[in-house]
Amino acid sequence: MPRVSVEVDGVRYDDDVEPRLLLAHHLRDRLGKVGTPIGCDTSNCGACTVLMDGLSVKSCSVLAVQADGHEITTIEGLGDGRTLHPMQRAFHEEHALQCGYCTPGMIMASLDLRRENADPSDEEIRAGLEGNLCRCTGYQNIVRAVRRAADDMRRSDQAEEAHR
Amino acid sequence: MSEIAPEAVAEQVTPSAPDATAEVGRARRRTEDARLITGRTNWTDNIQLPGMLHVAFLRSPISHARIARIDADAARARPGVIAVLTGADLAGEQGSLPCAWPVTEDMVLPDHPPVAVDEVRYVGEPVAVVVARDRYAAVDALEAVDVDYEALPAVVDMERAIEEGADLVHAGEGTNKSYTWVFEAGDLDAAFRDAPVVIERRYVQQRLIPTAMEPRAVVCSAVGDEYTLWSATQIPHILRLMLATVTGIPEHRLRVIAPDVGGGFGSKLQVYGEEVVCLLLARRLGRPVKWTESRSEGNMAVHHGRDQIQRLSLAADRDGRIRGLKVDLLADMGAYLMLVTPGIPLLGAFMFNGIYKMDAYSFTCTGVFTNKTPTDAYRGAGRPEATFAIERLMDELANELGLDPLDVRRRNWIRHEEFPYDTIAGLTYDSGNYEAATEKALRLFEYDKLRAEQADRRDRGDPVQLGIGVSTFTEMCGLAPSRVLGSLSYGAGGWEHASVRVLPSGKVEVVTGSSAHGQGHETAWAQIAADRLGVPFEDVRVLHGDTGISPKGMDTYGSRSLAVGGVALFNACDKVIDKARRMAAHLLEADEGDIEFSGGSFAVKGVPGQARTLQEVALAAFAAHDLPKGFEPSLDSEATHDPENFSFPHGTHLCAAEVDTETGFVRIRSYVAVDDVGKVVNPLIVEGQVHGGLAQGIAQALYEEAVYDEDGNLTTTTMADYLVPSAADLPTFTTDRTETPATTNPLGVKGVGEAGTIASTPAVVNAIVDALRPYGVDDVPMPCTPERVWRALTAVRRGSAPPGGAPGPGAGGGLGSTEGTPGPGAGSGLGSAGGAA
Repeated sequence: MPRVSVEVDGVRYDDDVEPRLLLAHHLRDRLGKVGTPIGCDTSNCGACTVLMDGLSVKSCSVLAVQADGHEITTIEGLGDGRTLHPMQRAFHEEHALQCGYCTPGMIMASLDLRRENADPSDEEIRAGLEGNLCRCTGYQNIVRAVRRAADDMRRSDQAEEAHR
Repeated sequence: MSEIAPEAVAEQVTPSAPDATAEVGRARRRTEDARLITGRTNWTDNIQLPGMLHVAFLRSPISHARIARIDADAARARPGVIAVLTGADLAGEQGSLPCAWPVTEDMVLPDHPPVAVDEVRYVGEPVAVVVARDRYAAVDALEAVDVDYEALPAVVDMERAIEEGADLVHAGEGTNKSYTWVFEAGDLDAAFRDAPVVIERRYVQQRLIPTAMEPRAVVCSAVGDEYTLWSATQIPHILRLMLATVTGIPEHRLRVIAPDVGGGFGSKLQVYGEEVVCLLLARRLGRPVKWTESRSEGNMAVHHGRDQIQRLSLAADRDGRIRGLKVDLLADMGAYLMLVTPGIPLLGAFMFNGIYKMDAYSFTCTGVFTNKTPTDAYRGAGRPEATFAIERLMDELANELGLDPLDVRRRNWIRHEEFPYDTIAGLTYDSGNYEAATEKALRLFEYDKLRAEQADRRDRGDPVQLGIGVSTFTEMCGLAPSRVLGSLSYGAGGWEHASVRVLPSGKVEVVTGSSAHGQGHETAWAQIAADRLGVPFEDVRVLHGDTGISPKGMDTYGSRSLAVGGVALFNACDKVIDKARRMAAHLLEADEGDIEFSGGSFAVKGVPGQARTLQEVALAAFAAHDLPKGFEPSLDSEATHDPENFSFPHGTHLCAAEVDTETGFVRIRSYVAVDDVGKVVNPLIVEGQVHGGLAQGIAQALYEEAVYDEDGNLTTTTMADYLVPSAADLPTFTTDRTETPATTNPLGVKGVGEAGTIASTPAVVNAIVDALRPYGVDDVPMPCTPERVWRALTAVRRGSAPPGGAPGPGAGGGLGSTEGTPGPGAGSGLGSAGGAA
């Protein structure tokens, strides 16, 4: 079995894995990183979205062996353990979740969206999150939350810039 | 266009401004978010137990066949495989899955083994189960199980299924009809005799797949003869009782836990074969087992929703007044009757009359077996189907008479001063104000302006036409008064339980029998208790979803949690206060009658400074050093509430849709929903429920359909084929509220979980049809995909409906969000405009 070395949320894990093992199952079943759920088997729903070297991927469509040597960030790696990441806070404040099953993927996809576009319009947010399905919210509050987080993050970036 | 502008009426029902100090009415951010946004969740599939084995089900690839032979030896020989069991292996212990709603005395109720023994009757029905060391090994072994099927004729069409000599789903029953259920009120013949206007239509409620984001999962462990079963379920309490009944494991040896549950929408209101089998496997193997379904598996095996053919006749006078309504339904049961399968269409029986007055009403429903996945509850459950029918008919009536659709509604609806109102269907609507909700919706929508734009586009022959859809709905929810359920032959009551424990430190634990799976009970229930007990919100913890912790309950469905369970909590809090009042009187050396309770403190009337807080009283009761004579040392209290009536949320939804007459593409331009759900505990949660409900109702109108081919194969097994809308497919909603409190419960609440779904489907379809009226289109079958809209237009342009009549759906046919041109290609079948008869 191939040996893979993956850094997940700041911790390195070396494991022998079956070549066919999905990253999603590697995270959940082998590494105990169950914060990332799985919602489908055709890479449509996006619930399992994580960041690989900062870019969003659906962890059900990445093999564990493909993650070898890469850095993975999951929902569990956001914030610093005590305070929430601005995107997490915005989802809470805007009531952008109900059952919460899509939320980890939605938040990770939103971070990638915001990376590409620091000031997205509602339409850009809707288009950017097309690969992540939510059955509870009707998306309206998710759009609000992403806009709010983007605003907060932009302001804090600007404040940091001015400080330098 | 407004013929009335009753500002005064609207003013009465403006939502009350929240009291700054009150918790109820406050837009509290949710407590449960903390774990959900950080990934510190406890979904069933997250659970890992020592020695746990993994379960996979082999499912029938054929819709109807006799199982001639199963050879599982090769599967058993595979590495890491602990057991492979067939239906025959389990036959002695697996029992039959329960149906709790025998709607008629002569209802045909076939045996329903969790794993098929002799015959399979739908694609996806389990035929064998593998237990292995991990989930990959279990799935691998499925391929090594060899099954010989002898194909039997597939029954896929309800109308053909009830013809004489039709092939049978259950040969031993001799019929594909499960039941015929009738309700009649008033003199229908008189209503239709000489009626100047009669509208007759045939509408199809397509089959839907509920699609909670969390796939189902079950974990079961056995320690000695004690069993614990975790399941992604809405109904831990009902499930416990039913599993005990099916397996013979005594109820008191079985604990059912619904941990974090990722949505349900009715799909997890079920007693599934996989739950039974996991329990049997844990017993048989003495090791914990886990089963988690894949989405493709779930699309076949989770119960489906809707699936009705509606034949409707409405008689009216020339002025638009409704005389009578006749409803004749065929409801697809699928292959078996599951927990409440036969009763679902009957939940609509009392709702086809909607908010309108009429002289006569007749409802007939025939439940029909087909070789398809069983149907059961899906958000709204019977009421969306009914609301669609009456709201579409009201638009058809308006068109027939050349009236504005709102004018026709006004001429028929129950006026606000007429409440409480006994409807033709035998319900008593306790409160409501349809005028006020409608006026508010019209203002927000800018109705007159949009009508002007519509006229302009029509005049210009704009290829993109504008349509306006109206839905003035009500629904019955808060399921349910037990005596009513009894009269409908339902197998249980509709009460709910709550208990309140005041801990020695003054913190409060609320235990509720409602089982939340996204609804925010942990927040809303704490708001109710904090207000009632006068304790800080943060001091209240809400426990639910575990029969070991919350032993009594009837769970969560039918928009019942707040209207029934919230009231139980309210009553339990009052009992705590009554006990504490007596204790406080003792401590304050005052007469109990002189004790006043407010803001969490007991004071002696007219004696300032003499007071004890609830927390102080709780500690004194705990210490028990000095109690009133005969006082049990506890303030803890419980209450079981059985509602006296349903509750009746209502509202007015308005949809403006742009319909491209060249491509058939529909774009929702604006959507206004003004809902009256009575008093509101948490407006943030209420708005969220409305948003989500709208999304699902709009999805039925535009996108979703479970499609079967002529052999009974489900062709929408994945999320690539079954189109759950994304953010890009849905509009921004404008939501607002009016507020007429329910008069049948002390909180004045009505329930909100299903309202958006019930109201929105007809609003959207009415808008599409309204846009296409000038072309002669009077119906587009759902989902109104670009292809179907285009075909509806093409058919009328050619001057005749194409042969066949029934729409020919295809997998992926709901891909309305793509900007590509419609037409054949995405789907396998040919659509048509022939939905109306």
